[in-house]
Amino acid sequence: MTYIWNFQDVFNNWYALAIGAAGTLRLFVVCLVLGMGLGLVIALGKRSKNRPIRWLATAFVEFFRNTPVLVQILWFYYALPIIAPIEIGPFLAAILGISLNSAAYSAEIYRGGIQSIEPGQWEAARAIGMNGLQTLRRVILPQAIRRIIPALTNRGVEIFKMTTLASVVAYVELLQQGKLIASLSYNPLEVYTVIAAIFLIILYPIVRLTYALERHLARSD
Amino acid sequence: MNAPVLRLSGFGKHFGSLRVFSDIDLDVMPGDRIAILGASGSGKSTLLRCINVLETPSEGSLELDGDVVGQPSRSGDMRFSERELCALRQRVGMVFQQFNLFPHMTVAGNVAEGLKTVRGVPAQKAQERAVTELQRVGLADKADTFPSRLSGGQKQRVAIARALAMDPEILLFDEPTSALDPALVGEVLGVIEQLATEGRTMLLVTHEIGFAYHFATRILFLAEGGIYESGTPDDVLKNPKRPLTQQFLAEHRRFQF
Repeated sequence: MTYIWNFQDVFNNWYALAIGAAGTLRLFVVCLVLGMGLGLVIALGKRSKNRPIRWLATAFVEFFRNTPVLVQILWFYYALPIIAPIEIGPFLAAILGISLNSAAYSAEIYRGGIQSIEPGQWEAARAIGMNGLQTLRRVILPQAIRRIIPALTNRGVEIFKMTTLASVVAYVELLQQGKLIASLSYNPLEVYTVIAAIFLIILYPIVRLTYALERHLARSD
Repeated sequence: MNAPVLRLSGFGKHFGSLRVFSDIDLDVMPGDRIAILGASGSGKSTLLRCINVLETPSEGSLELDGDVVGQPSRSGDMRFSERELCALRQRVGMVFQQFNLFPHMTVAGNVAEGLKTVRGVPAQKAQERAVTELQRVGLADKADTFPSRLSGGQKQRVAIARALAMDPEILLFDEPTSALDPALVGEVLGVIEQLATEGRTMLLVTHEIGFAYHFATRILFLAEGGIYESGTPDDVLKNPKRPLTQQFLAEHRRFQF
């Protein structure tokens, strides 16, 4: 028996998928910015001279790196309102779960990047009178980030795909909309094929863009 | 009588129980050129690095133009505030053995960086000043090049220009030619010599004894955790009085021709 592919019902529901794609992109952008921004803060926290700050940063990384994102999203959605008087929607629960997890991972990437810069770079910057923050901003991070762009790109791609986990709390994104269409038209094979294709079509150009960025930053070599 | 630009008294550094040097008293007068010599491990680089606190000194006092910098601490090393350090390092420039240029900035960018970021000089003016300093070391044509394209000697000359751009009162050189091919040593020493004729105050840690003899107004020979012998180049290098200095110089002359 051969399966007869029929994409008609999927394309008839293109509008629902477009809404889903918009939801996916919105979640992705917020989680990318928060995850990678907070990751840098955590990485600096792990390098702090202040022991409690260092301890907190380490605890954060270990906690969020070693628990599943799916469980975190569910926990923020269902459990947080019970222990704290805050009701959060699916969007916020997904943001918290994905961003905090990504922050923990990217913190380790930043830390590795910062550590890979020769001590002489710190010394040279300090020797012309820069303070710690200026040294980091002007000398260390520009070099470190250049080295970790491939790793950060991986993380970004991972974040994009993690957005599908938000469907577990019924956040309207691509997978959630796909499930909906599939359950109405009984065509899961076509729906999920199209969804996978949409992910590929959006992600691939973004990854190509980071390659171009890498080349641009390598021009001083 | 002039006042010293830099005064060290009872200056010392130890790492835990390991004493690198102690009780160093030194007055550096404007225009002094001091070459610091000594066997490896004698603490000469550490002394230099303690002067601009890349290494935190343990005890004693450090005065720049009569201003005391840093505070003694009962436990461990001396204490310096971030502000004090940034101010001190702008007044005391440093040139490293490994150059330590910023690889992601152009040559002019390296030289202008301190002016822009630390002094808040507008980019255009900082760039002009950078080119002026690069002219001084003979590299104005390399302004827009990245450091990876330069030879070791050129890198070190850029590093010197980077230090000069901050108008330091004192320049510290930490074995500036030790990482260079012998053929490239001359161009760097030439720049340092030229700075000498401008009357700059400099401290130089080096293994180039011949250069030290011609360059320095004063030689410090470090041994046994302190200044073992000091004086004019003629005194210390031609007529050393103490045994370790004599031994050190004899060792250096062994393969001369």
